[in-house]
Amino acid sequence: MGETKAKIFKGGAFIVDDFQPEDIMTPEDFNDEHQMIAKTTEDFIVGEVLPKIDNLENHEFEHSVSLLKQAGELGLLGVDVPEEYGGLGLDKISSSIITEKFSRAGGFSVTHGAHVGIGSLPIVFFGNENQKQKYLPQLATGEKLAAYALTEPGSGSDALGAKTNAKLNEAGTHYILNGEKQWITNAAFADVFIVYAQVDGDKFTAFIVERDFPGVSTGPEEKKMGIKSSSTRTVILEDAEVPVENVLGEIGRGHVIAFNILNVGRYKLAVGGIGGAKRGIELSATYANQRKQFKTAIANFTLIQEKLGSMATDTYANESAVYRTVGLFEQRMGNLTQDELNDGKEVAKSIAEYQLECSLNKVFSTELMDYVADEAVQIHGGYGFMQEYEVERMYRDSRIQRIFEGTNEINRLLIPGTLLKKALKGELPILAKAQALQEELMMMMPEEVGTATLEKEKYLLKNAKKIGLLAAGLAAQKYGTKLEQEQEILVNIADIVAEVYHMESAILRTEKAIQNQGEEKSGQKILYTEVYVQEAFNRIEAHAKETVIASETGDTQRITLSAMRKLTRHDPTNVIAKKREIARNILKEEKYIV
Amino acid sequence: MNIFVLMKSTFDTEEKVLIENNSIVDDDAEIIINPYDDYAIEEAIKQRDQHGGEVTVVTVGNEDAEKQLRTALAMGADQAVLINTEDDLEDGDQFTTTRILQAFFEDKEVDLILAGNVAIDEASGQVGPRLADKLNIPCVTTITKLDISGQIVHIERDVEGDVEVIEASLPLLVTCQQGLNEPRYPSLPGIMKAKKKPLEEFEIDDLDLDEDDVEQKTKTIEVFLPPERQAGRILEGELDDQVKELVSLLKNDAKVL
Repeated sequence: MGETKAKIFKGGAFIVDDFQPEDIMTPEDFNDEHQMIAKTTEDFIVGEVLPKIDNLENHEFEHSVSLLKQAGELGLLGVDVPEEYGGLGLDKISSSIITEKFSRAGGFSVTHGAHVGIGSLPIVFFGNENQKQKYLPQLATGEKLAAYALTEPGSGSDALGAKTNAKLNEAGTHYILNGEKQWITNAAFADVFIVYAQVDGDKFTAFIVERDFPGVSTGPEEKKMGIKSSSTRTVILEDAEVPVENVLGEIGRGHVIAFNILNVGRYKLAVGGIGGAKRGIELSATYANQRKQFKTAIANFTLIQEKLGSMATDTYANESAVYRTVGLFEQRMGNLTQDELNDGKEVAKSIAEYQLECSLNKVFSTELMDYVADEAVQIHGGYGFMQEYEVERMYRDSRIQRIFEGTNEINRLLIPGTLLKKALKGELPILAKAQALQEELMMMMPEEVGTATLEKEKYLLKNAKKIGLLAAGLAAQKYGTKLEQEQEILVNIADIVAEVYHMESAILRTEKAIQNQGEEKSGQKILYTEVYVQEAFNRIEAHAKETVIASETGDTQRITLSAMRKLTRHDPTNVIAKKREIARNILKEEKYIV
Repeated sequence: MNIFVLMKSTFDTEEKVLIENNSIVDDDAEIIINPYDDYAIEEAIKQRDQHGGEVTVVTVGNEDAEKQLRTALAMGADQAVLINTEDDLEDGDQFTTTRILQAFFEDKEVDLILAGNVAIDEASGQVGPRLADKLNIPCVTTITKLDISGQIVHIERDVEGDVEVIEASLPLLVTCQQGLNEPRYPSLPGIMKAKKKPLEEFEIDDLDLDEDDVEQKTKTIEVFLPPERQAGRILEGELDDQVKELVSLLKNDAKVL
């Protein structure tokens, strides 16, 4: 697995460059092993986890522990752990597929994700040789379970403001930790916690803390709205004694670990969101076919079809975008040498490269999941409100996704910030592009758009990128460094950037499928792409317009809006008709299909 | 011990069956290992782990069956054989499959052959017993327990819900019934190892057979789905009238009285 390709793309490059279908990884590129891994995971979830879901929801965590051990025996916990430390060292695609398939288990998927992702990865990426040898083999099999302790009562989004303190003892053998970590997933049973604390009050540092260390305890189980299958508690550190060899990474450099692990956590959440959305569509389509009102299946009502069509369209775009990012990681990290992989700095650089993509995937995919869950309940009507139906749990479980691993608000704000940094550092020629665009707009003539498949969509994508540059450029000009305080505008820019990435990913994936399988077999993909691009373009236009109006008045506003009108002129797609067609195919198969 | 498993690829149990031109449409259908063959594979692996030897999984089918063979290898089988009839045969029946397998086994040292009790698609349950007959070895069907010590084999088999206890000897062919074991999930290390395990492919002329030798003995006249269930009817009116109407319907409409 892990075919390495020579081409490695910069994070955010999609904003300024044009991509080709062969440049991106798509779910259609999964090989036989990937498919078998998907099947094993799915069979494990359906055969072993779901029968125990009531126990799990009831906080009987002995089942969480034994199920994780079972997962460990199947190799489902060791995918990201290198072989020399008892793992399998498979590619990022495999671990993403597992994450996607786990999502059906709701809260238990959070348990799994916290262990293999944010719990184990800090040691995989940033541990020294001794730490890796000591902890990873047992984490890879599930003999020991991990958790991640960053959040505190007073510091959520502002993670670096943590109050937990670490002080070296007189003998110089142990750091003494004092503080409280809040809402720690897996706290009821985790053996190993990645804990962040301020050494001497101001040097933010990561530690590997074992449950059995003196001074480590946990609070009572939290009562949550959803993901009840997962354990969430406070981790209390009272003069906790942590040996000096358990400092993870460098003292005062804990933020490097924290932020990069969050990046990985974000794209993994995004993958999970795709799995959840697919399940929501499956349940909704099946129910709509069964449920009869006015003597006909509700699936026959076009308003139900509209819902299914929209859910599936957005899922397709998200799936395309998320797996494209997975591919970026795989290409970049799969190409690192062994030495580079052992060097935390190289790994951090690789992960940080795609911070932008991780944030936008996290935002869109968790909102997709939430939206699909909401509509799934709606399609189920009153029954969807009843606990016998899976969509009820799905609805409650999905809500947290927009909050953890960085709220969607924080993640949105990170997007323009990252872009600006990349532009100023000269990593991406955004400023030059923006200038060229100004000149281009002066002379722009209406363009003749052909009728070949996806031609209009590619045209709209090209113009969407320009509209984004136009609006963002104007806002940057107007506010300069004060743009930071215009959060509404920043979020508009973030949404435009994210929409562009999704549009482009959907188009490229569909093009790739057409190249490999022909147009006839790509019908559903073409429909999804046409609908998504049209709707995304409309949203982009609205965000851009709002941004221009908030940034400028008078002539500048008028001129910019008229330039934008040139860019938005097109023959719109009949999305109602196309969504009906999409829904018909979904209803026939009673699941999300591509 | 030389252990062989006869495997068939079938539609997934949740797959919808569509019929066009008097045959079942199998484009894009999800294909799995016949669930009864899963018991056979699991048992083969367990017996090998206990007694040593090798497990070879054999299938007669087309190229797509390679995926199911890889799955069997990922579960723990040692090698796989695909007898690919795609280019040579339009159609086949139980005779065809048996004849091909007979030719395959001609030069093989066999201790134990395991097959599923039936395949969930056509459910004839014939290939196992017919092959045993051709190979001139004993056959026990629908087994739920298998203990081998030396050449002696203790078997429990399911007989319409009752248990029959049988003693047999190797070489032997058995067909496996639900309850025999719990088939394992292919583990990730197993999946990665399966890539490197041998998977041999033959065509029928590699087995010195030509099309005429294996031509099917049966002819399919018609393929049809079970009739769709009709909507029920609720009788109305006085109870006496309802009873009279019901009796008359049962007599005249349903013709069951």
